[in-house]
This record gives sequence, C-alpha cells and structure tokens, in this order.
Amino acid sequence: MNRQIQTDRNKANLESEGRSSRPSVVARNKQNQLAKRTFFIITLLPMILISAITLVLAIRSWPILSTYSPKDLFLGSTWRPDNGLFGFWPYITGTFWVTIVGILLSVPPCLLTALYLSEYSRSFTRSIAKPILDLLAAIPPVVYGVWGLLAIVPLVEDVLAPLSKRWLSFIPIFKVNQPTGFSIIAGGIVLAVMIAPLIISVVYEILRTVPDDLRHASLAVGATQWQTIRQIVIPRVVPGMVAAVVLAASRALGETMAVLMVVGNVAQVPKSIFDAAYPVPALIANNYGDMMSIPLYDAALLCAALILLIVILIFNILSTLVLQRMLGKNWA
Amino acid sequence: MDTHIRVRNLNAFYGKQQALKDVNIEIPKRQVTVIMGPSGCGKSTLLKTLNRFLELTDDTRISGEVLVDEQDIYASEVDVTEVRKRVGLLAQRPSPLPMSIYENVVYGMQIHQMHRDRTSYKQAVRHYLEIAGLWDEVSKRLHDPATSLSIGQQQRLCLARGLAVEPEIILGDEPTSALDPISAQNVEQRLLDLKEQYTIVIVTHTLRQAKRLADYVIYMYLGEVVEAGPAHEVFNNPQHQRTRAYLEGQF
Amino acid sequence: MMKKRWQRRHIVEAFVKGLMLVSFLIMAGGLGAIIWTIVANGLPALTWAMVTQIPQGGFYLGKGGGVLNAILGSLYLAGGGTLLALVFSLPIALYLETYLGDSEWGRYVRLSLDVLWGIPTIVYGVFGFIIMLAIGLRASLLAGIVVLSLVELPIMVRAMDEVIRRMPVDLEQAALALGSTKLEVAVRVVTRQMLPGIITAILLAFGRGIGDAASVLFTAGYTDRIPTSLMQPTASLPLAVFFQLGTPYPVVQQRGYASALILTIIVLIISISSRWISANLNKYTVK
Repeated sequence: MNRQIQTDRNKANLESEGRSSRPSVVARNKQNQLAKRTFFIITLLPMILISAITLVLAIRSWPILSTYSPKDLFLGSTWRPDNGLFGFWPYITGTFWVTIVGILLSVPPCLLTALYLSEYSRSFTRSIAKPILDLLAAIPPVVYGVWGLLAIVPLVEDVLAPLSKRWLSFIPIFKVNQPTGFSIIAGGIVLAVMIAPLIISVVYEILRTVPDDLRHASLAVGATQWQTIRQIVIPRVVPGMVAAVVLAASRALGETMAVLMVVGNVAQVPKSIFDAAYPVPALIANNYGDMMSIPLYDAALLCAALILLIVILIFNILSTLVLQRMLGKNWA
Repeated sequence: MDTHIRVRNLNAFYGKQQALKDVNIEIPKRQVTVIMGPSGCGKSTLLKTLNRFLELTDDTRISGEVLVDEQDIYASEVDVTEVRKRVGLLAQRPSPLPMSIYENVVYGMQIHQMHRDRTSYKQAVRHYLEIAGLWDEVSKRLHDPATSLSIGQQQRLCLARGLAVEPEIILGDEPTSALDPISAQNVEQRLLDLKEQYTIVIVTHTLRQAKRLADYVIYMYLGEVVEAGPAHEVFNNPQHQRTRAYLEGQF
Repeated sequence: MMKKRWQRRHIVEAFVKGLMLVSFLIMAGGLGAIIWTIVANGLPALTWAMVTQIPQGGFYLGKGGGVLNAILGSLYLAGGGTLLALVFSLPIALYLETYLGDSEWGRYVRLSLDVLWGIPTIVYGVFGFIIMLAIGLRASLLAGIVVLSLVELPIMVRAMDEVIRRMPVDLEQAALALGSTKLEVAVRVVTRQMLPGIITAILLAFGRGIGDAASVLFTAGYTDRIPTSLMQPTASLPLAVFFQLGTPYPVVQQRGYASALILTIIVLIISISSRWISANLNKYTVK
C-alpha cells in the first residue's frame, strides 16, 4: 500500500501548490490492471492455437478413422481414393526414409562444425560463420527446391547413382532401380542442408553452456583439446545433442516444398535410397485440389496430416523441454 | 640463485592493449615466488604466460622468451601439452572435473599414460591425495562425486590432481582467495610443504599472504616489473618508490 | 625434453581438427554454391519484363509477360501477415518479459510458442483452409494473410523475446523507481530500448513469411492478376516458381529460375538490412 500513501502525498503536495494533479496514479494503476488482464488473455493464444489445430484435424479425420481400421489405413499399401482404398504405408515409409537420410547426412558434419566453432575457432571465424548460418536459414524452401532440381538431382543421376551401381549394388539400400535422380537421396541431401543451420546453432549454444573453468582444468594437466572435448565437454552435453537432433528431425518431417520438388513423388514403399518416394507433406500438397470431389479423400489427407502433426508435436515438445532446461535463459 | 624459469623481454598483448611490458625476471628453483601488485597490474597475465595458458584467450599475442631450464617453451617445436605437464596450475576457483574424487586425480595420469596397471594408479592416487592433505578425509569415499566436497577440499583435490602428473613447477593464481580462512590456511601450509620438491609461483593480491609465503618477491605495476628480489630484501628495504608506496599502502 | 612427439593423441587431434575444418568449409561453401546456382540459372531470364509485367495470355506456354502479380502478391501477403502478427506479437512478448519473467506460466507460454514454431507450415495451410471453408471464405488475400500471420507469430514473438530478455534489469528498475507502473515501463522504456531488436524481429518474420509456399498454397489461391481487394485470390512468388517449373517448356522453366532469383534477392535484402539495422541503430540503447 505504499503506492496509495505516495499517491495521497503527491496529490496533497500538488494541490497545496495550487496545481491540479495530473493523470493520477490511481488511474494509471487501473490502466495497468486492465492491460494486465488483456495481455494475459493474449498470451493464451499460442496454447489455444495448438489445441485448435490438433482438434480441427482430428475432427475432420474422424470419418476415415471410423470407416477403416487403423491397420488397413496405416499398413495398407494401395492408395486409390476413387476405389475407396487408402493405404498410408508407402507415404509413411517414404517420409521416414527421407527424414532419416537427411538426419544421417546432416548430423555428423553439423556436430563437427559446431564443435569447431565452439572449441577451436577464433572469434573472427565465428563472426563470419554466424551470418552464413543466418542466411542459409533464411533461404526459402522453394529456392532450396530449385537448387535441388538444378544441382542435386543431376548430381544423383550422373554421379552418385552410377558410382553406387558400380561399387555398392550388392547392398540393397544402395541399389539403383530407376533412371532418374528424383530420389530419396536427393531429398535427403536437400533436407540435410536445410536443417544444418538449426543443428549447428543449437549444438553450439549447448556447448557454450559448459564453463571454461572445466576446460582449463583439463588443459592445465596437459590434455590436448580433443581429449578435453571428448572426456569433459561432450559427456556433459549429450542429452542436449540428442534433443537437438530430435528437434531437427521434427523440422525435417514437416518440410514440404523443397522435398516435394526432388523426391519423385512416386507412391511406393522404398527399397533403396535411390528410389523415388512420396512423403506425407508432399501427398497433402499435391492433392489438395482433388480433396473435395471424392468421398473420404479429404478426411484421409487430413488424417495423414494429423499423424504427421502428432509425431512432430511429440518430438518437438520433448526436445524443447530438454533444451529449455539446458540452455535456460539462452534459449532463443 | 638456482634459476628455474627465466623470462626475457616478454611483452603480452590483449588485442591492441599491452598487458606486459618488457618483463625480465628470474624465478628461483624450489622456492616460493610471489607475484604481487595492485589490481590490473598484469600478475595473472604473467602467470598465464608461464604455462602457455594465455593463448587460450582469443586475440592474444606475446613476444619474447620464457625459458624453463633454459628451454624456450614458446619455441615452435615444443609440445604445449608437455609444457603444461611440467608447469601445473592451481586456479582461483576450484574446478573439480565432473567425475568422482578418484577419477579426478587419475585423469591427468591417464591422459599421459603414466602408469601400467590399475594397482599403480591406485597407489599414485593415494600418494597424491596424501600430499595434498586430503587422504584421511576422502579415503572411504573415493568414488563419490568430486562436487560433494567442501570448497576447501575441492581446492586440495585440484592440487592433488595437478601434482599427479608430476610437474616441476606449480603455479597458483590466487589459489586461496575463494576459500574460507581455515581452508586457505590449510592450502597455504600444503604449498609451503611442497616447496621442498617443487618450484612454486603464486599470484596474490593480499600483502599479508605474500609476506607469509614468499621466499622471492616480484612486484608489478601497470604491466611492468618494478622490483624483484629475495623476500626479506624487498619487504624490508625496497629499492623503488613505487614498491615502498605499495607496501605502506597496505597497512 | 619438450619436443613434439607424434603421440597417438596428437595424431587423433590433428585428424579430428581436419574433419572439423572440412565440415565448416562445406557449410560455408554450401551457401555460396546455392546462391551461385540460383544466380547462374536465373539471371539469364531475369528481364525487365519479368519484374514489371503480369502474365500475358499463354505465359505458361512460353508467351510474354512477367511475374509482377506474384511479386506484389507476395509483398501484400507477407506485409499484411507481418502487420497482423505484430499486433499480437508485441503484447505477448512485452507481457512475457514484464510480468512473467521466469515464472512457471511464462515457461508454458514459451514452450507453446516453440511448439507452434515447429508445426510445419503445410499444417497451418490445411488448418486455414478448413476454417476458411467453414466460414465461407474463399481463397483470397485475406485468408492468406491470416494464415501467414499465424505462421509468423511464433517466430516474431521468439525473436522479440530474445531481444527483450537481454535488456539490462537496471533500466527497468530505474524506470519503476521513478514511479512508473509496469505498463508504462513496458510501453515507454522497454519499447524504446528494444526498437532496433524489434525491427529486426519484424524483418526476420517477414522474410520467413514471404518465402513460404505451403501455407498459402490452399488459402491464397492463385491468379494472373494483381489483387485489388482483400477478397480476391492472389499469386505468390514461391507458387509462381513452383508452377513455372512444373511446365514442360524450357522457356517457362527458365523464367521459373528467374522468379526464384527474384525471391532470393528479396530475402537477401531483408536479411542484410536487418543486420545493418541491428549493427547501426543501437546508438541509443543501453548495453
């Protein structure tokens, strides 16, 4: 109640000098309270939005979930909407393959880069790395798709596939079964570049949370930097690194445009990384126009979207919780 | 005087700022040398040049030589990790490694693969914990995390850890300033005991501690060495006005 | 005695360091490679007509015209979306810092913002589409703007939050000590201090919004005309690129590359401007 005393005193002082008191503290406090309440409601928006999106998708996919058993839907391999056949399996596996390839290609170099930036590089190097990473992150997905079309698909077709055909065709997942470069590996490469800035910057932040004192303690007894990193720094941040990878995976799962342009969009259960595939986001994007004309088609597509969303939400929430805890105030 | 470390024409820079100006000193073997001076005079910087820790900070440069037993530790063919093995550092804030007490002491020894088998490692760990005056307190809980120790115990653990790699020189960067008075006294006593076998160089900002510990004194001001010599000479009969001012100011 | 010995651990370190350097160079070179590919393929077809005309008849078969409809459409969409997002983002971000700080509730809100940021834009697009149909709205500039604002909201709030969190506490305390209410502190002091950072956040969100295809795919429609009202459908650059590349005519595909180049240039300009702003407008801010 100090405010009230001060208010009265202020008012008394001003009035004794013959001046009228300005917008009183009382009125300003009322303004404060009103704003506080309005703002509070506004901060509910994010949570409301998440629930709304999930709910709407769930409701609209209900028709197909109630018509077919989950087993037929998810494990079925035939997708012929006009015949009432909705088998998600090729799309699920397609999504899975592209994402895994993207993660496998991206994580090792990104971890190494983040380690390099955090443990070895001079501040000059870091100061040019940051803009590069920011720019890479700002490039629109469709531009990545164009790059993929122009540079990566030919690379796969003319270089990687022949090489694999020559040397690796005894390994099933490397077999080349089609002539074009529109394939999972192309999608994986493009995805890898797209998620790289995220992985690098998150892992870098995590590494920065390890206090220098610990590094110095190890170096002071004559350890090399790599020994210090391997034995002291990395063990401390393993959960964070895992969370970063999971977060990147959740981003890769949802990437639509760039992957769509290079992955071939052939609905088959992939047998090799050189096969074309049809990830779920691409399925949704390509068929929106036909959605309304065939019964249950829209429900099916929305069901696919729902599954995707739920997986992404789980990955996202888990990894964000871990990272928020690790990075605390620095989570940005 | 038997010189262990000789510093010749040493200049050190943080970016454009010069932190050490033309330092020429000798540090005697098996004595306690204290580097003292007001805040910001460059004592920590000087200390860090002795085990090549300065280069861990970005954008630092040195010119000149630091000779340990007449070998320049900054020569290009020298292995910096070997330098740090020979010249140990006890930091201001105890920094136990995130491992058990046993593992902390063993860490350095394993890095350099200094022993053959488990038993000799165990014996070495015991030996160094005893020297650090910590054995009795931890012998029954060697595998507890090092962070479960009190801060004074942690500092002694760091001492044991540093000694375990068999250095010749021990550097201390205000090693007791983060400790409570009793632990501080304990650590000081350890250092005094150790001077029989090791050359000790300590940075301190308290004149009282300097007087307690020093056999040899180096007084610094604004990046320069003002005066250096045996403790009783510098404390009782300082040659320079600056030194005198510092000594008197402390009272 | 201290000579370098090629001990195993030193060899391992050298090897790892080499790998790291290579990875770093790949990343740095990757950006160059991408931009180079876009420029090399898009520049030849980047004519004045491309930027100043809308598609004439038969544009997608190779005849004349340009992508002005898409350029303006994207600017309208992203502009509107960013403005709308700003209206909600700024209060949320201010509230987060001024009232919530590090409280439990604040953490939930931040978590939900991060989750929102992770939701793929295609889901936003589908969601928007459903709502649009439900309320009888057709594919239009308005629908696109609303969906984009949803997409941009988490990005903007997060970026602002990052900036606001860095604010020196003393500044807030000083203002409060002078007798301001928390609202006044929020509006007058925090906003002024944070202005460069807020502008950067806005630009960042705008850049993401203008580049996104999946969210406007269903909601903004597509047309060869420049929209004159919020209720009309509108073209967008990402979709223009996509459609042009989807035709079998090389001439049209070339124009697709040029459109991609235009989009890239816009995004680069925004990115560089926001760097410039954060570097130079920090004159009045307290560090």
